[in-house]
Amino acid sequence: MEEKTKINRRKFITISGIAGGALVLGYALLKETKLGELVNMSSVDAGSEFTPYIIIDRSGKITLMNPKAEMGQGTYQSVPALIAEELEVSLDQVTVKSTSGEAKFPDDQQMTGGSSSVNTNYLPLRTAGAAAKEMLVKAASDKWGVPVAECYAANAMVHHKPSGKSIGYGELAERASKLPVPKKPALKDPKDFRILGKSSPRNDIPLKVKGKAVFGIDADVPGMVYASIERCPVLGSKLVSFDDSDTFKIKGVTQVVKTDRIFFKNHYMGLAVIADNYWAALQGRKALKVTWDNQGLDKFNSKDYEQSLRELSKTEGLTAHKDGDFDAGYAHAAKKIEALYETPFVSHSPMEPMNCTAEWKDGKMEVWVSSQGAAWTRDEIAKALSIPKENVKVNMLFNGGGFGRRISQDFAVEAASIAKAVNKPVKLIWTREDDTSLGPFRPATFSAMKGGLSGDGKAVAFQHKVVSPSINATIMDKFDKTKVDEDMVEGISIQPYEIPNVRNAYVYSEIHLPLTWWRSVTASTVSFAHESFIDEMAAAAGKDPMAFRLGMLNKPSDSKKVLMKLKEVSHWDAPLPAGKARGVAQWNFFAGLCGHVVEVSRGKNNSVKVDKIYSVIDLGTVVNPENVRSQVEGGIVMALTAATKDAITFQNGKAVQSNFHNNRMLRIDEMPEIEVHILADGGPVIKGVGEPGLPPLAPALCNAVFALTGKRVRKLPFDLTNV
Amino acid sequence: MADHTLIINGQSHTVDVDPQMPLLWVIRDVIGLKGTKFGCGIAQCGACTIHLDGDPTRSCSIPVSIADGKKITTIEGISETGDHPIQKAWIDQQVPQCGYCQSGQIMSAVTLLAKNPNPSDADIDVAMSGNICRCGTYQRIRKAVHQAAGNAGKQNNLAEAK
Repeated sequence: MEEKTKINRRKFITISGIAGGALVLGYALLKETKLGELVNMSSVDAGSEFTPYIIIDRSGKITLMNPKAEMGQGTYQSVPALIAEELEVSLDQVTVKSTSGEAKFPDDQQMTGGSSSVNTNYLPLRTAGAAAKEMLVKAASDKWGVPVAECYAANAMVHHKPSGKSIGYGELAERASKLPVPKKPALKDPKDFRILGKSSPRNDIPLKVKGKAVFGIDADVPGMVYASIERCPVLGSKLVSFDDSDTFKIKGVTQVVKTDRIFFKNHYMGLAVIADNYWAALQGRKALKVTWDNQGLDKFNSKDYEQSLRELSKTEGLTAHKDGDFDAGYAHAAKKIEALYETPFVSHSPMEPMNCTAEWKDGKMEVWVSSQGAAWTRDEIAKALSIPKENVKVNMLFNGGGFGRRISQDFAVEAASIAKAVNKPVKLIWTREDDTSLGPFRPATFSAMKGGLSGDGKAVAFQHKVVSPSINATIMDKFDKTKVDEDMVEGISIQPYEIPNVRNAYVYSEIHLPLTWWRSVTASTVSFAHESFIDEMAAAAGKDPMAFRLGMLNKPSDSKKVLMKLKEVSHWDAPLPAGKARGVAQWNFFAGLCGHVVEVSRGKNNSVKVDKIYSVIDLGTVVNPENVRSQVEGGIVMALTAATKDAITFQNGKAVQSNFHNNRMLRIDEMPEIEVHILADGGPVIKGVGEPGLPPLAPALCNAVFALTGKRVRKLPFDLTNV
Repeated sequence: MADHTLIINGQSHTVDVDPQMPLLWVIRDVIGLKGTKFGCGIAQCGACTIHLDGDPTRSCSIPVSIADGKKITTIEGISETGDHPIQKAWIDQQVPQCGYCQSGQIMSAVTLLAKNPNPSDADIDVAMSGNICRCGTYQRIRKAVHQAAGNAGKQNNLAEAK
């Protein structure tokens, strides 16, 4: 990134495949800033690398480059909309193209996660659009010989107010391309926005209802073969020997090759069966006879591991955060409570199983993939095959869900390695069983909680001690066990509750399993313990859970705003009929802030029904409100699934769950009603959308269950049919 | 290997494949219609739903030989231009997120409305609970089915939300 590549216009045109006379705008990458100075790549012999986001050719075709993966969260609309708003075009006038891991786009742009696609691009991409618009307007005024002030842009054209004449962007592209790029183009006043802040239909949806959206698994490369890989169900085993004689009896099977699934520092051996159709590859895989050396890992059982976390929870751990004097505050508290909360390993299970199609040609690798980042895919393949990054082209296709799973590139590297070995284009598809049982998984976290109350029921001491394995420990070459893994305690020390004496801590636990980020990451589990325990303290203080929280939020804060709004929209103060109850939780973390009120009712035979969820998400600035509502609905469903369906558990080293029959997902008959409210009252910070809906769901639900039944859920998942 | 004649979206195809090959892979990889998706391979998720003689069927779990000579409809075949009332309602309600399960969801919904033009929420639950959506679009699916059925004009839709 720091090395500046000299690319002249001609070279750019060659690599981007566009005709001369086009206006191409992008950002120069300067050392001091990630998104540096906007440069006109169509006319500048740029002494620095650049990133072309806007391409307008002479025919009037407008192409907007989208560096972010579309995995359901709406970036196919929301990211290009930032450019289109300022460029004065509508999204149906443009072609949206994904970047392919090209060096001219910043790496961090070509990675999707952390609910960051809109907030990190909000100003840079609007600025790119505004600059291009100013150049097009100037080009028109020059052409017509009229003052710039008499011209304006709208609907992909520049108009001359006094005469009423107009001209399309295509006709202006060449002239505009020769103009200097405005240093500080004027951005629109948000009150003049046509697209941003309004509920706009997503441009990927018409494709998706016709079956025309091309996902990674739909890639079709002439002459391609298919692969399925047998790996040991005991994660971490070594391949000793195999007999593939029966495999070759399956018609269509052509080869068996050894594979290495690389998950950061971990390597998992496997055997890929190559066939001319996927069914034959699957049959051939079943016919393999493989001997594995389990390395003793077949002794691993969830029950033992959970017990080890319970034991560890009794140790002091490393201090992650301190306010006041917890020990003294707790010792002198009039009332003391303690509880241990437990959450499990879970799978990501996007509906599109992991897959990648790869072709090796002349020392270069081209892949077609559903990935959360072209840059990640490119780098991991380049590293594994020991080839330069420039020799990897990543065709980014629609992701059939991601949720963090498609950050890891293990499956793409497998496909690329197989393609090189067999020297043919190959499509590798993981089965659902592979996807469910081989990880990477969301780590389990346990939380040891302590709370002290004063005689008048005020929180005076609080402790949240997270006991867990660590994602960083499983992926980093060197992990320092003597320091707190900040990622595993993320969020627990930034809730704005005014409690004078706090000590939060972390206890690390070793594990051999592949672990990774799952939508909302650690917040998805630690919020359950934290916000449930706040509820326990409210109950111990004999106070209403909403009033107890607001009583600890005297200073202005976004969490307070969210709770106040929730109180209003959920009619918190209006009593519910008998047999119904409600619970509340909020969670403030790296991706953003959201709160829910969950209403539940008693069903037959000890069952509990989730009736309705009121949700308030705090954004500051909103780009597409309807899509925000979709994302919060989706976050709630994913969190409700994790809280009430199946965990991934291990017996004799193997995952017990394998497919959707025993790793169940929420279905439509279990869907509660959801009402989403958006706080978008401006301000300097734009918060994320994709993840914040998840963390507060489990605690709000379990707090509602407590209010309904008097039973406190401290272990997830729990069974709604038997509470 | 054997020849099988499949009538897909009104067009006849003769394919020479293993009679045990699931219909899904024949549709996707032999015929080349990619709108039908692979999700689980064991008829648990519904991503591969097609119509076999009008009935919603999980194409991942039936061998091609069973479909021989039968009428198959895939997502590509329910309308010429994507203007089936279900598809239009799906767009109006902005149902899809990642969209991967939606071909299957739509195929289930099309049969539901064909058999029951005025379904209740309970009817929708029964007809649609075989289709998993990991993105959690169920609330919108329910509204879209009602909208397509014309029995819930008052449902919140995008136009009103604006």
